[in-house]
Amino acid sequence: MQETYEKIPVLKIGDFLITSIQVALHDRLALSLQDDILNKIQETNAKGLIIDVTTIDVLDSFITRVLVEIAKMANIMGVKTVLVGLQPAIAITLVEFGMELTGMHTSLNLEKGLEMLKELVKENEV
Amino acid sequence: MGGIEETVPINDEYDIVTARSQGKSTAASIGFGLVDQTRISTAISELARNILRYADSGVVYIREVASEGATGVEIVAEDHGPGIADLELAMTNGHTTGGGLGAGLPGTKRLMDEFEIDTEVGRGTIVTARKWV
Repeated sequence: MQETYEKIPVLKIGDFLITSIQVALHDRLALSLQDDILNKIQETNAKGLIIDVTTIDVLDSFITRVLVEIAKMANIMGVKTVLVGLQPAIAITLVEFGMELTGMHTSLNLEKGLEMLKELVKENEV
Repeated sequence: MGGIEETVPINDEYDIVTARSQGKSTAASIGFGLVDQTRISTAISELARNILRYADSGVVYIREVASEGATGVEIVAEDHGPGIADLELAMTNGHTTGGGLGAGLPGTKRLMDEFEIDTEVGRGTIVTARKWV
């Protein structure tokens, strides 16, 4: 299947890494994103990570767990994570289902997420 | 009876993506709003994942149903896997035998209006879930 070759770009801007998930996430793609982000953190000495999920229309328990684990692993490497752009319907479903986004911060959109991340990184350095 | 009926065989992880996007579009054409579409496609994703995790393969049926003037969607997730030995335990939040969150079945039940499990050890599992518009 051609999807096997899909890759989600992880971009570096200043001290931050930004990744925007714009394809239907299947399990392997989610796990390869996890690897890519952690490698990129090491390569770039990034201090903050933004994961943009604006275009994601379903978050099931597996994908949610992968996102939570990415944030936990990034945190161990000294990087703060902000998840941005969670759709209202997904927020409702996550809470009703009983899934929790522990260990990461969330923000309404990319702009607010960047502001939040700057603050978090500043606190982290004190 | 309703018109729409989709059959999605579940054999690998890509089929989970197919099942949930099929579920979302079916829910939309039945007349569910965006939040319900998301609940329904999340439920389908969980049931399809359970099939893959515990039984290796199976089928998800997504169909339009009607009862006493109400319209809804019925999801049937069917496999011929090992079956569930302790159903009560499987429906307990936080319990898992498959390395998951242990929220799958109870969480899925909360997203839907009706939820039934027919399972027999050694024969397989059929989960039927319905939601009304």
